[in-house]
Amino acid sequence: MTDTPIVPPADRPLLQVRDLARAFHVRRAGGFFGRPATLHAVDGVSFDLRRGRTLGIVGESGCGKTTTARLVLGVLTPTGGRVEFEGEAVPAPGTAAWRALRRRMQMVYQDPLGALDRRIPVGQQVMEPLAIHGIGARAEWRSRALELLDAVGLGATFFARYPHELSGGQRQRIVLARALILEPSLLVCDEPISALDVSIQAQVINLLLDLQARFDLGFLFISHDLKVVRQICHEVAVMYLGRIVEQGDPDQLLVEPAHPYTQALVSAIPIAAAARRRPRLILKGDPPNPVDRPAGCSFHPRCPAATARCLVDIPALKPLPDGRLVACHVAHGEAGARPRAAA
Amino acid sequence: MAITTGSGPSAGEDATTRERNLPPGEIVEKRAPRGRTARFFEAWPPSVLLALGWILAMLFIAAFVEILAAYSYTAMDLRARLTPPVFWGGTDVRHLLGTDELGRDVLSRLLYSIRMSLLIAFFGTLIAATLGTFLGILAAHFRGWVEDVVLMAIDFQASMPFLIIALAVLAFFGNSLILFICLMGFHGWERYARISRGLAISANEQGYAGAVRQLGAPAWRIYGRHILPNIASTLIVSMTLAFPETILLESGLSFLGLGVQPPLTSLGNMVGYGREYITRAPWIMLAPSVIIILTTLSISIVGDWLRDRLDPTLK
Repeated sequence: MTDTPIVPPADRPLLQVRDLARAFHVRRAGGFFGRPATLHAVDGVSFDLRRGRTLGIVGESGCGKTTTARLVLGVLTPTGGRVEFEGEAVPAPGTAAWRALRRRMQMVYQDPLGALDRRIPVGQQVMEPLAIHGIGARAEWRSRALELLDAVGLGATFFARYPHELSGGQRQRIVLARALILEPSLLVCDEPISALDVSIQAQVINLLLDLQARFDLGFLFISHDLKVVRQICHEVAVMYLGRIVEQGDPDQLLVEPAHPYTQALVSAIPIAAAARRRPRLILKGDPPNPVDRPAGCSFHPRCPAATARCLVDIPALKPLPDGRLVACHVAHGEAGARPRAAA
Repeated sequence: MAITTGSGPSAGEDATTRERNLPPGEIVEKRAPRGRTARFFEAWPPSVLLALGWILAMLFIAAFVEILAAYSYTAMDLRARLTPPVFWGGTDVRHLLGTDELGRDVLSRLLYSIRMSLLIAFFGTLIAATLGTFLGILAAHFRGWVEDVVLMAIDFQASMPFLIIALAVLAFFGNSLILFICLMGFHGWERYARISRGLAISANEQGYAGAVRQLGAPAWRIYGRHILPNIASTLIVSMTLAFPETILLESGLSFLGLGVQPPLTSLGNMVGYGREYITRAPWIMLAPSVIIILTTLSISIVGDWLRDRLDPTLK
């Protein structure tokens, strides 16, 4: 990746991620006697995010979406690359600087019941961030919490309730209220709606969009639901085995996917109208174990269009003529040789 | 009695789950004929009330033993040695529970023993719980080599028979009441350490503690405000289970002559010195034995009940 040119602070992206990598040391199967190995959960991920915009990250389970989120938040330390938030590198987790930064970046979780303390009334939990960061006078906390409850569409009656007395959607609203009471500029949403009912999903999505407009929030939206991503994201990045394989405008990317993996993902979106249905591309095999990442393009064992070059040469994430970024030799027309004989 | 009432809470739970599954109208119909007494006993089962009453009585005795006891625990009356209790064919109303081999009043000694045994068990359990929870949370917070050291200490403690440790310590350092209480506090700490370490790690890895950390909370807040209150119910229940054990351990060590030393007296000490007269004057050891059994049973019952009460999701 090229270094970003110096830009005036106003135009500076909220979040800049460059060549982000995180490796874990694991043991292969065999328990205590298994050979140690390195698992590259995230490998060379780069993106920018501006205020008031949403970047969606999609991909199947285990592709490094959540690790990316944790790296962006600074909960995990990267083993390579860097994360800059509002022009400053994210400090090491647990330090005072890191804790202070929580005021600016917050997170919404997949499982809202797990993220709430079941012994404390939800109103107390919504105002807890104020207590943690010592913001304002104690007397104002309650009214501030009530304001936020109102902003997420819950009345004052919810203040004294316990998490187990609320529905899934209401709990997710509480988590949102708690995250937003600090007035952050970045909200990382890790599959915020996948644990909710479809009817409640729509409510929470609309709420997220309202809150984004109201507080000028930047969203990093992690999901495996492409329809939701298309609905709320300004940009979407598709991840496969720890790398971004395609990135661009969701309408472009999800209508005419360039990367074979994105094509397979998009073909899996159910479409009601029979006339508009596309042929379903079913990928061969399972995603490879990230410990044994294939040489060359990591998607080649499952790729229907793989060529000889894909087996040895890692494709770079480069722009197509229409502006989106794709990491695929075939899509760039660089594959050269004819498609590999079917395995 | 203990058996029939002991099944009370679970039967009550079944009834509530059954009611929950009924349509709303029927619940009202079922609730209506139940009187205030029935509802009271559902919240406070009779076995729990009896156990609580017994514990309160023991605490009362421990607090006011100087007023309650007719004699000092050292007062001897050699002319009235081995007098049987009044309901055992005894005639001396001055010694309701009889006297021991030195003519000391068993009832008075029993009251002083209750105080001593409760004191040792209470502080012993408290020290063990504090030490264990602290080490467990320390291990969960720092992980790495701190955790390895704590885990090794836990394994060491769990694999050594405590009686041997106690004998060694008492043999080397002599015996004093403070040392003895500290020794009791060293018993069973590894259980609290294991519990608190496991629960704190799981809370940290995912869920509420991780979420609060992500809000920027300092460690004292995460552990003090969130993790400790959440794991407290589990710890309190293990405390109530350990409390009787500490009483029994104290009794055992005193029975072996290594615990509370004469002229001080404790329940185990009384049982130990009474064993020589078990055929001629069994009341000397029967009275403290009954107290040990009833007190440990009461605390276990209350602990079990407390666990359910402390969980807001079960209310």
